[in-house]
Amino acid sequence: MDNEENAINQKFESFAAQDTEAKYILKLYVAGLSPKSKKAIHNIKEICETHLKGRYELRVIDLYQNPTLAQGEQIVAVPTLVKKLPHPLRKIIGDMSDEEKLLVGLDLQPQAD
Amino acid sequence: MVEEKRKEIGLEILEKSPTGIKGLDDITGGGLPQARPTLLCGSAGSGKTLMALEFLVRGAVLFNEPGVYMAFEETEQELIRNAASLGFDLKKLIAEEKLAIDSVHIERSEIEETGEYDLEGLFIRLNQAIEQVSAKRVVLDTLEALFSGFSNTGILRAELRRLFRWLKNKGVTAIITGEQGESALTRHGLEEYVSDCVILLEHVKRNHIYTRRLRIVKYRGTKHETNDFPFLIDEDGISILPITSLTLDHTVSNERISSGVVALDEMLGGAGFYRGSSILVSGTAGTGKTSLCGHMTEAACRRGEKVLYFSFEESSKQIMRNLGSIGLHLEQWQKKGLLQFRAERVSLYGLEAHLTSMHKLINSFKPAVVILDPINAYLSNDDELEAKTMIVRLIDYIKSSHITGFFTTLTSAASVEQTTDINISSLMDSWLLLRGIEENGERNRGLYVLKSRGIANSNQIREFLITSQGVELKEVYLGSTGILTGSSRMVQELIDQEEEMRLEEKINQLELVLERKQKAMQTQIELSEMQMKADEIEIKVKIDELKRQYQRINLRRQDVQASRTKKGHK
Repeated sequence: MDNEENAINQKFESFAAQDTEAKYILKLYVAGLSPKSKKAIHNIKEICETHLKGRYELRVIDLYQNPTLAQGEQIVAVPTLVKKLPHPLRKIIGDMSDEEKLLVGLDLQPQAD
Repeated sequence: MVEEKRKEIGLEILEKSPTGIKGLDDITGGGLPQARPTLLCGSAGSGKTLMALEFLVRGAVLFNEPGVYMAFEETEQELIRNAASLGFDLKKLIAEEKLAIDSVHIERSEIEETGEYDLEGLFIRLNQAIEQVSAKRVVLDTLEALFSGFSNTGILRAELRRLFRWLKNKGVTAIITGEQGESALTRHGLEEYVSDCVILLEHVKRNHIYTRRLRIVKYRGTKHETNDFPFLIDEDGISILPITSLTLDHTVSNERISSGVVALDEMLGGAGFYRGSSILVSGTAGTGKTSLCGHMTEAACRRGEKVLYFSFEESSKQIMRNLGSIGLHLEQWQKKGLLQFRAERVSLYGLEAHLTSMHKLINSFKPAVVILDPINAYLSNDDELEAKTMIVRLIDYIKSSHITGFFTTLTSAASVEQTTDINISSLMDSWLLLRGIEENGERNRGLYVLKSRGIANSNQIREFLITSQGVELKEVYLGSTGILTGSSRMVQELIDQEEEMRLEEKINQLELVLERKQKAMQTQIELSEMQMKADEIEIKVKIDELKRQYQRINLRRQDVQASRTKKGHK
């Protein structure tokens, strides 16, 4: 257990150190191609291209096609963007229209006071 | 009747889904509204989760209606553990595809809200689970967790409204639980979305004892009980009192059963009590109530019937020893499994818990006769009114199960006998009164039948004797000062016996005199007849003599005439 924990801690620290250069793994869960889904896809793509060009991986998953994934990923609201990496895991819900909040959620901008 | 009428005029009737929870279907008149959501609200620890779980488990096991449990506060493992404490094996049900559990975990700190969203993810999960097991029942426990997970209450409320509509369209019977709020039924006003049925659970402390209570706040389109009903959670699940509701449509029996005391049966129209009736024996201390219970028990066991004996003041051993001294040996029946004793003090548990455990025992043992000795144990409770309601429900339950109930009650003084028991006595079909009769420095027991519905009962007081051969009833004597019992009765009996003997002697004497006279007369008659015969003969002889004389004279006269003509007078 200790070794495992240490390994995780080390990993975490290394990620934290190279925060600005960390690779992003993002999953966007939507329910069909509703206006909200389209808006969210459009918005997140734009943010990624602007702030994370070349170091992100974004997958869009339609829960209507893969309903079992909702339980596994603990999705309640849609659209939900799950930031798998870098840690910590975070869920960003909504149509991603609030850019500032989105950047905070992605740890791309320090939280405004 | 009403439902038939509604059918006739084409009105939609509210279909109900039986919950299978003991007692709940009785007070809801058949169960929860089918294909509609029901709100189950209550404070923390009031039993919402367990009741919701039992609803699903009973549905799956008893009614072949698979269920979905969507948990917002507990994990699947926790649920399985909790259910095991009620004796439910959720793992087995999940393996048999009769149950699906989805544990929804919402961590506020992980979530950032950026713009518009909806809860379609939740709908997809619910739909997935419902289709997985073809669910007919759904539990959402507790939906209010959403309010702590998401900040946009406008969206939440719209989505909740959509959810309830969706559930109705799905045709599932649903229970939605909600935490009780300060002033409202639920903290977040879930009750405004559920219009069909709202049930409130409470956990209240009274007299240092916590009791659980259930109330149906609302049930659209149906007649339901409006009282607070106590309920109990134990290893068999939930039981709500009453297990039957208070209606007066018990079927009645014409069969009569013996009280075990021949003379008492005679007082009751010669045949004893009706089967399934409720019998109250009231009396002051030491008037022989338990002895009558013993006879009733003995008689029932002898007929091969089961007897459940609740004793609240004595242990079973004590009762059996005491009854053994009057010739009633109940151990044999206990060994044969016909007799079961349950001796415990009422104050040991909460009243509700106690009565519920009695209900369950009656349910499982299925006795023909239940004895409660004495029911005062309940009435000594602080909250007398409540206790009375409870005992009334128990009696009613026994009655509606066609069990003969034999209850004793201890009264403190002869003068108040008939007032203290009034609440209970109106439920009783037969009421025997045992009373001490004090006279000439003696205390004797008297028994009379105060009432007995449908039986031409004796209106007389009998003296009640407890002998080594059991209870005996003696005719009492009515004297100028009232009835006579005990040694007064015996003195009276002696006096009467002497009087009887005196009379008998006199009768004998007179009969002898009569006989003698008859004999004398007979002799006289015989003598007269003999005299008569003698006289007759004598007279006849005389008559013959005289006749002969007459002939002789006649002959002589003829001779004379003849001679005269010969001598020539012509």
